[in-house]
Amino acid sequence: MDDHRAALNRLPRWFVVTLAAAPALFIAGFYAWPVTNLLWTTVRRANGGGSPFGHVGAIIWFTTWQAVVSTVLTLLVGLLPAYVLARYSFRGRRVLVAVTTVPFVLPTVVVGAAFLALLPQSWHGSARAMIVAHIFFNIAVVVRLVGSMITVIPHDLVGAARTLGASPIQAARLVLIPLLAPALWSAAAVIFLFSFTSFGVATLLGGPTNPTLEVEIARRATQLGDVGGAATLSALQLGLLAVVVVWATRGQRRSAFELKGAAGPRPARTRGERVMVAGVSTAVVLAVGAPIVALVSRSFDVGNGWSMSAWSKLGSAQIRPGVGLGVDPLASVGTSLRFAVVAAVIATVIGFLAATAINTSPRLGKLLDAGLMLPLGTSAVTIGLGMLITFDTAPVDWRARWWLIPLGHALVAVPFVVRALLSVLRSIPGDLRAAAATLGATPVRAWWHVDAAALRAPLLAGAGFSAAISLGEFGATTILTRSGRETLPIAIGRLLGRAGALPRAQAFAMATILLALSTVVVMASGIHERLGPDDA
Amino acid sequence: MLDVSGIVVRFGERAVLDGVSLHVDDGEIVAVLGPSGAGKSTLLRVIAGLIRPDSGVVALEGVEITSRPAHLRNIGMMFQDEQLFPNLDVAANIAFGPRMHRWSASIIRERVDELLGVVGLAGFAERRVDRLSGGEKKRVALARSLAPRPAVLLLDEPLTGLDRELHDRLIGELGAVLRTTATTAVLVTHDRDEAAALAGRVVQWSELQRGGS
Repeated sequence: MDDHRAALNRLPRWFVVTLAAAPALFIAGFYAWPVTNLLWTTVRRANGGGSPFGHVGAIIWFTTWQAVVSTVLTLLVGLLPAYVLARYSFRGRRVLVAVTTVPFVLPTVVVGAAFLALLPQSWHGSARAMIVAHIFFNIAVVVRLVGSMITVIPHDLVGAARTLGASPIQAARLVLIPLLAPALWSAAAVIFLFSFTSFGVATLLGGPTNPTLEVEIARRATQLGDVGGAATLSALQLGLLAVVVVWATRGQRRSAFELKGAAGPRPARTRGERVMVAGVSTAVVLAVGAPIVALVSRSFDVGNGWSMSAWSKLGSAQIRPGVGLGVDPLASVGTSLRFAVVAAVIATVIGFLAATAINTSPRLGKLLDAGLMLPLGTSAVTIGLGMLITFDTAPVDWRARWWLIPLGHALVAVPFVVRALLSVLRSIPGDLRAAAATLGATPVRAWWHVDAAALRAPLLAGAGFSAAISLGEFGATTILTRSGRETLPIAIGRLLGRAGALPRAQAFAMATILLALSTVVVMASGIHERLGPDDA
Repeated sequence: MLDVSGIVVRFGERAVLDGVSLHVDDGEIVAVLGPSGAGKSTLLRVIAGLIRPDSGVVALEGVEITSRPAHLRNIGMMFQDEQLFPNLDVAANIAFGPRMHRWSASIIRERVDELLGVVGLAGFAERRVDRLSGGEKKRVALARSLAPRPAVLLLDEPLTGLDRELHDRLIGELGAVLRTTATTAVLVTHDRDEAAALAGRVVQWSELQRGGS
């Protein structure tokens, strides 16, 4: 259809611009401005001649190698579960897909606490503990990205290689791996980014002797009062991540092939296949279950046998009369829930307006879409730091305002909401709107009845995801939090930092509560179903 | 000489092949004719070594190869939907088998050129396989399966999915290539005309189930 003819049924321009205004202002005001300000602070500081680096070289080296090792090991460990879940249909497959996605939707603080509970004392404060937790956390990325690719590689392609004389290893090396390369690049980039910017896991498991760049930024900003140095490191991290993203994107493009059709899962036929499915299923359940079981059980361990005392004392901000705990555990649950609701509302409204504008106006939409995705490539600590140094003078002296924290959470959540809504909006046939128009609906009414009506489920999922992100957010909150307004992750971090068996058991109890809240939110909104490998 | 006897394959409780036997002489082209879903493709996969049978014997030139892995059998297969490697161009697809058999680069190049000529695709060497038409893909798949000079070539519904005109033209070309190269071949199809045009002997699927031919 000609453009000018299609334009007859388009939404009016004023309507689209109105829709786009709020998301554009949101991203400009709370992301672009703070991050630009942060970079400007770095430039000013560099001109002033101060050296922000000191022992930073060692920190960058550590951050990089642990991220590389985490990425390589996660890909190696995740390939088999990804293959089994994508290739074979079996009873309990959907449950197993949900189980593999559990670690990914868990707050990083819960993952860190769970591995503190599971791993022996000698592993605490070590790089290997961090790497194990990163593997646990990121397996879902491999299952999702690589698994989706495996479902479109025909079963017989490897068979064809075998009949031509390729051994199983040659068939994998020459046929399977090259075809999986784009997905492997994507997964590697995502896992590297998560591991490089690791904050919750690194704080709890790496300990003070193994700080990642992200931990060092937060330490300078919140403990040393060196906001300028922290800003410089944030800018450095932004630059490094940009290089990695560009490199990974180029690798992904170079290795992309067109694969048509879908192989889809099929039943395991041979004995070997059935053994592999059973073995992988058992291993996945054990690997996901063990840290969680350890976390819950350690909440009942206060050093002298099993006890409910950690749980029963959650209502008190004191260890014993006169000795403060530093945080009010139960109050932090209320704070987290309040912030989660506010973040979900902001992210859902902004995401809805943005997705509609992006879907309606290709040119304006592309710009808005790219802008809204930026926070995904920026670490949470950097976002928090940008806000901290930007909103500190009148008329925007908002550092003490409670809503700045959920707003920061929403900034991280909006890209996910937009993606969830856009995938549905783009699948709506254009003829549906045309049908509404021929029945007398104005473009705005047609949009309301066709597009807006289709968005109920993805909006719920988006709201749920936003709430889950807010509940577990640790990096930005660490920078922006104020005393008396601690969220659950902040309270858990503080309790784990205190000496004594009781505060530690209380931290595990709080992490159990956070685990339960996140699970309920994720299950209720159906997010876990969107994270498994695509069914053919 | 290919001998298949008493092959049984069960998927769970269901016996997909229940005592199937087949004998093919050197240079002979045998067509197995039967309805879709009968288990013909499964039989070819057993012969190729892609599925291990629950019982029964596969022998080539008098040597039992039932437990031998697919890549060590020297039995080629042309798949129903070609299964060309999308990460390789036309020449690299055809060269794949000879590479696996460690032929020298110059001999591989000669073989690829020869086969491109045989299947009428001279000048297509560097084409991407996802840019080929349906008929061209079938020709590349045939050339690829013939390239390492397999002792037996298995053809799994090789011309399915083509329009009638192309199908009829390719039947003639495929038959000519098989006869020119004196290939021992087993063709499974549900198309009676295809079977009659390509094969020296046509056997019904039901005849193979117990006994043999």
